[in-house]
Amino acid sequence: MIELAFLILFPAIVAFLLLAFKNGQVRNAVVKIAAGLIGLATIILLITYFSSGLVLFTVPFDAAAEIMSVISLLIAGFILYLGIKQRKYLAVILIIIQTLMFIGIEGWLAKDVQQVYNLFIDQFSLIMAAIVGIIGTLICVYALAYMETYHTQHPEIQDRRNIFFFMVFVFLAAMFGLIFSNNLLWVYFFWEITTLASFILIGYAKTSESTNNAFLALEMNLLGGIAFAGAIIYLLIADPTGSLLGIEQLLSSGQAFALVPAVLLSFAGITKAALMPFSSWLVGAMVAPTPVSALLHSSTMVKAGVYIIVRFAPVLSGTTEGLIIGLVGGFTFLLGSAIAISQSNAKKVLAYSTIANLGLIVACAGVGTYKLVWAAILLIIFHAIAKSLLFLCVGTVEHQIGSRNIEDMSGLIVRMPKVAVMMLVGIAGMFLAPFGMLISKWVAIEAFIEAQFGLIFVAILAFGGSITVFFWSKWMGKIISVDPHVSREEDSLKSEKKGVLYILAGLTVLICLIFPLISSSLIEPFVLSVYGQTARLSQDNIIIMAMMLFLLMIMPFSMLLPRNGARKVPPYMGGRPASSDMKFLGSMGVTRDVTLSNYYLNDLFGENRLLMAGTALGFGLILLAMIVLVGMIL
Amino acid sequence: MMSPVYGLIYILLAPIAGGLVAGIDRKITARMQGRVGPPLLQPFYDVGKLFEKENLVVTRSQDLYALCYLVFMLVAGALFFAGGDLLLVIFAFTLSHIFLVLGAYASSSPYSFIGAERELIQIIAYEPMIILSAVGMYMVTASFFVSDIVVSSIPIVLYLPGVFIGFLMVLTIKLRKSPFDLSTSHHAHQEIVKGVTTEFTGPNLGKIEIAHWYEYVFLLGFIFLFFAFSIPIALLAIAVAYLLEILIDNTFSRVKWQFTLKSAWIIAGMLGLINLAVLYYLSGGLQP
Repeated sequence: MIELAFLILFPAIVAFLLLAFKNGQVRNAVVKIAAGLIGLATIILLITYFSSGLVLFTVPFDAAAEIMSVISLLIAGFILYLGIKQRKYLAVILIIIQTLMFIGIEGWLAKDVQQVYNLFIDQFSLIMAAIVGIIGTLICVYALAYMETYHTQHPEIQDRRNIFFFMVFVFLAAMFGLIFSNNLLWVYFFWEITTLASFILIGYAKTSESTNNAFLALEMNLLGGIAFAGAIIYLLIADPTGSLLGIEQLLSSGQAFALVPAVLLSFAGITKAALMPFSSWLVGAMVAPTPVSALLHSSTMVKAGVYIIVRFAPVLSGTTEGLIIGLVGGFTFLLGSAIAISQSNAKKVLAYSTIANLGLIVACAGVGTYKLVWAAILLIIFHAIAKSLLFLCVGTVEHQIGSRNIEDMSGLIVRMPKVAVMMLVGIAGMFLAPFGMLISKWVAIEAFIEAQFGLIFVAILAFGGSITVFFWSKWMGKIISVDPHVSREEDSLKSEKKGVLYILAGLTVLICLIFPLISSSLIEPFVLSVYGQTARLSQDNIIIMAMMLFLLMIMPFSMLLPRNGARKVPPYMGGRPASSDMKFLGSMGVTRDVTLSNYYLNDLFGENRLLMAGTALGFGLILLAMIVLVGMIL
Repeated sequence: MMSPVYGLIYILLAPIAGGLVAGIDRKITARMQGRVGPPLLQPFYDVGKLFEKENLVVTRSQDLYALCYLVFMLVAGALFFAGGDLLLVIFAFTLSHIFLVLGAYASSSPYSFIGAERELIQIIAYEPMIILSAVGMYMVTASFFVSDIVVSSIPIVLYLPGVFIGFLMVLTIKLRKSPFDLSTSHHAHQEIVKGVTTEFTGPNLGKIEIAHWYEYVFLLGFIFLFFAFSIPIALLAIAVAYLLEILIDNTFSRVKWQFTLKSAWIIAGMLGLINLAVLYYLSGGLQP
């Protein structure tokens, strides 16, 4: 219990400290110490609750609910003020609706609520806590060095780093709160705080683009918040004593009753996880400094969205609504992956890949058989590590070469060998055997075959999975191509940055080796406790994959073997007179540089066309789910 | 049960079988074109000669990628013949091809660069169909393990005719046969010089050739699975399928990548998926 309270409250306290101190050195020290403590507390939490299964807690602090209401109203007022100031009337309307719902809940419906268990912890919360507590804090440490360079390179942007780190730590606190709360009113409170934190962090630069994108994110997430509030109102009307507000109690109340709130919460999850048709906010969020993107994409925000859907997967399982939500996820996976092919901006590729993978997680959770929930949790873990590594690598490269375009990363293996290798590890972690994401996709295929209407998802995975091979490989190819124009750049990386990148790259590989352990000690007990049966990978396959990983790791050492005379020659240039630095004599006697550029296949995988299809499909499916739901309520 | 012995036999004998297939291929192709053709063992002479040549590289890392391509092709094939999980085999197979693509990228040469891009397009063209084939086999035999599929007495091909035709279609891509030999080709008239293999010479090219032989045997083994209920029929089917591929190779001219991608996906989508959907429907939804 004390660990839970510490993890929620301590980051919040640190946040206020960071808001107060504007001194850079103090900030550095505070962030590092706090990150270390949070990481340590997370590990202690893991050890303490490793084998205890589900534990529910009462919070012996009665004023907590009142404090939360006050904070919620303050936040609403703040957003209202900003919305009116920036003339974003859609956001204003949404926040007014939501505040009215909130006042209705707090002042009227929730009067008789006797919530006993406000906090809980089980294996799934533990996994999420490990992701937030380890990856999230690593990103914070990285952000220290990053933000310093960021402000040197962008002198026009006002230095509001104290607000930046304040929001980041509030974000962490809110994430911990969200995953430890059993009471949906509490979840809702933390949910809204993550919305606010992402809004402020996306708009950090205060340019018109970042302000617009921040409001886009805000509006979409407020829409989800309204659905969340709707779910709470539904539950309170059904039972004014609030005995069904606890997630655990709601889950055990039976599918027939829990389905309506589950679908509403899933809708909120879909907006937060940026599935189509709401994907545009996450793509727009890349205007924020890169550590923010890393946070949003890997350990916070979008993971909160999929967390809530995976929680309610047992309720969605086997229902029409669940299938529709799964389809939203499935199509998001397919179209998101396809759009990533046509993008040359590295952050945009990462954004679409995140959207696609979240779609896959939701597809698993929406169909919701026990094997699929197991696959979904694996996906959450692997994705968080590899994606945070990739974002931080892109951020590092961007500061060094001044571009986030993949075409400009040509020959990175020569220019910045260490970062390039870590980027390769991250990319391999996203799509290659025997790394994490591929393992999850594989178990998802095997699980979908046995599910109802699973063939649709198998087809989606077969096509979508191959598509991901294309855009990741060509990115890898760009990095490893030994471009004769470039030479090694000076290694000016700060030790914090490097350290974080090393740790994350190490984790990406390590997790592939120890995931059977994580699966057997955390995921399988969780799935077993929810479904009464569980899935696991066969022993043979685990051994084979470990062997493949080992082989993959020793292969580079073959470069060290003494070889008898490999002679270096310039590449073949079709018989044109060419020089070794890749200039060739073109027609009319003009000397030209060779430039090589990847295929982006815009005609087939253009962003506009596919996004339109995705939006239409997504809206259509969600509308369908709502109609089915209304039919069920009536 | 998985049996590593068969995997080992594959590692030892597949190059011989694959080289012979390549030799027969060249002989028949030559006859179709009205030539006498090289001796049956010509592929072995060629590869032997490659290993005697000087190793010319643009960058040293090409050695690594060529070796990885060969090694992971061995892993994929050995896993297949040892009776492993078909999906894992397919993923290892993809991994090995990614190394070939990376090797082509590494040299930063215009011809191999285009070859690499095209090879990637070929990968995304054929991979869905191969995965759907594995899924189809699971739906018929209720197992992903090759060791279970191969002992099944069910005539798989009768349940999966559409999938089989789709597989033959992507086999044309995989064997680098015209009209789909976009990234590299065994013909002399390759339009982008030698595509992915442009910058590989000597021993590295030799490794890639040997990897191709391993790949031949693996792909023909995949055809075997469709007919595993009867070994004579299976061998006949493999022979007929391969002859068909040679015939296609010599009668069609090369198409653009757009056509390759679209036709492979449409065939996988139409024949493969409809076949699976019918099977799914007939088996009553395949509930666990």
